[in-house]
Amino acid sequence: MYAQMVKTDAPRVKSLDEMDPQERAFQERIDAGQKIEPKEWMPEGYRKTLIRQISQHAHSEIVGQLPEGNWITRAPTLERKAILLAKVQDEAGHGLYLYCAAETLGISRDEMYEQLHSGKAKYSSIFNYPTLSWADIGAIGWLVDGAAIMNQVPLQRCSYGPYSRAMIRICKEESFHQRQGFDILMKMVKGTSAQKALAQDALNRWWWPSLMMFGPSDDASVHSAQSMAWKIKQNSNDELRQKFVDQTVPQAEYLGLTIPDADLRWNEAKGGYDFGEPDWNEFFEVIAGNGPCNAERLGARRQAWEDGAWFRDALTAHAEKAARRAQPVAAE
Amino acid sequence: MASATATEAAVDRAAVFEFLLSMGDNALILGHRLSEWCGHAPALEEDIALANTALDLIGQTQLWLGLAGEIEGKGRSADDLAHHRDALEFRNLLLTERPNGDYGKTVMRQFLFDAWHYLCLTALRDSSETRIAAIAEKASKEASYHLERSRDLVIRLGDGTAESHTRMQAALDDLWPYTGEMFMNEASDAELAAAGVAPQPASLKNGWDALVAEALAEATLKKPVDGYMHKGGKRGVHTEHLGYVLAELQFLQRAYPGATW
Repeated sequence: MYAQMVKTDAPRVKSLDEMDPQERAFQERIDAGQKIEPKEWMPEGYRKTLIRQISQHAHSEIVGQLPEGNWITRAPTLERKAILLAKVQDEAGHGLYLYCAAETLGISRDEMYEQLHSGKAKYSSIFNYPTLSWADIGAIGWLVDGAAIMNQVPLQRCSYGPYSRAMIRICKEESFHQRQGFDILMKMVKGTSAQKALAQDALNRWWWPSLMMFGPSDDASVHSAQSMAWKIKQNSNDELRQKFVDQTVPQAEYLGLTIPDADLRWNEAKGGYDFGEPDWNEFFEVIAGNGPCNAERLGARRQAWEDGAWFRDALTAHAEKAARRAQPVAAE
Repeated sequence: MASATATEAAVDRAAVFEFLLSMGDNALILGHRLSEWCGHAPALEEDIALANTALDLIGQTQLWLGLAGEIEGKGRSADDLAHHRDALEFRNLLLTERPNGDYGKTVMRQFLFDAWHYLCLTALRDSSETRIAAIAEKASKEASYHLERSRDLVIRLGDGTAESHTRMQAALDDLWPYTGEMFMNEASDAELAAAGVAPQPASLKNGWDALVAEALAEATLKKPVDGYMHKGGKRGVHTEHLGYVLAELQFLQRAYPGATW
């Protein structure tokens, strides 16, 4: 997942009759369930919306390395360390994959980094929360990757070919990530009382931020309506959040942990859970840069980029030298 | 004919145990250092490659320390050995615990180590102790890839810009005094070599010199003269840095004694 509140530049969704013939033909292809490929004509708004969404998604994967990387060196066993390394490596790989998908829309990876570092592009609010104990690594896998899967499964059917194909591959790895998170907590709740307390504390801190990952209710959002018309988005934020809660509550019960929501109860009539409203003021503060770790996360990414400039320059310089050396030989 | 029971017969178990610790500890401590980079590398491809290399090294740690525990015969697992020994019981080379420094220093440390690691593991594929040979068979494939990558980066950065050249030369000069330890024979090494369990460390020196000299020449870097060489890691006398590595690495096991994870 990791795309929240993606804007579309649309004042409202046009009907087919209002579209010029080219745009109408495009919309009809989407309505017929056809995939749009990089070299084909597309409305500028469609292109820009996808760039915003895919780059935000990619940035989230990259920034997401930081809270989990925070515990690789302190993982409790060699096996847990190896699994976490593999997971974080997968996520960096997802980032790479997604940057490549965005590049097919005519933006370079360096431009996307520039937008991240300047604050113009966003990444998921969730990665601005700290990982304070080993149980947080379990909670991230279980809840954060669980929420991400809710969002990403429908994205496999997204109208843009490269994004859709990237998501098919990413989803396979995400479900492994979710299982490893659940497994970490499973072991902890069966362990000592101190371990169980850590697990409950992690759930207390990660539950609401996980629900916020889906973004505020977007039933009245023109951006969401446009994204849905373009089949970039398939479900409303509230639908996905409901699905996530319905799936997760029994898992928490299985773990013997308590979800920190006094309003949570089964609603027989709707066949799902009723639950409380996340604190959206907190969400908007985090989006505005005031979360517990915003400055550190973005600071770390900027620093890595700046400190690495000499490295990247050197590789470019070497490649140019090698090309020059190869030339006279080729001319002979 | 190689015998699985070489260690039960002629060779001193303690010597084999110490040797296995050194192999496992090198992988563990260097894997730890590489993990420190997570999310901070100069390019996304580097983040992926470092995590991949660290993952290989942690996997090797499990195998070496697992076998060490078996040979020791006191019921200690790989995790016990990784998380419940203090610095003086660690047998890793001082090179592996050197702080990361800038990315150039991390790459140079990796290359100097990989060149040795690859040669050592290649020799160990013929170990008379078949369990060692089996681990080396797997690990040498990984080390060969690590070496290919770090060697290539040393060449490209050495022969890149003036700044990258300066940084790589500084890294090389700084780390060089930590390379001699790889080839110093300890008392037990002769016994292990005689039994065909492991090569004499000094026997790897010529191959390493040639491999390193060739890459440094292509990187336009000046190979330092062999001068004073730091030592002690293989006997448990480490630098101050290892204590901090272990404080981090062993934190959970120490803070929650007896818990399983």
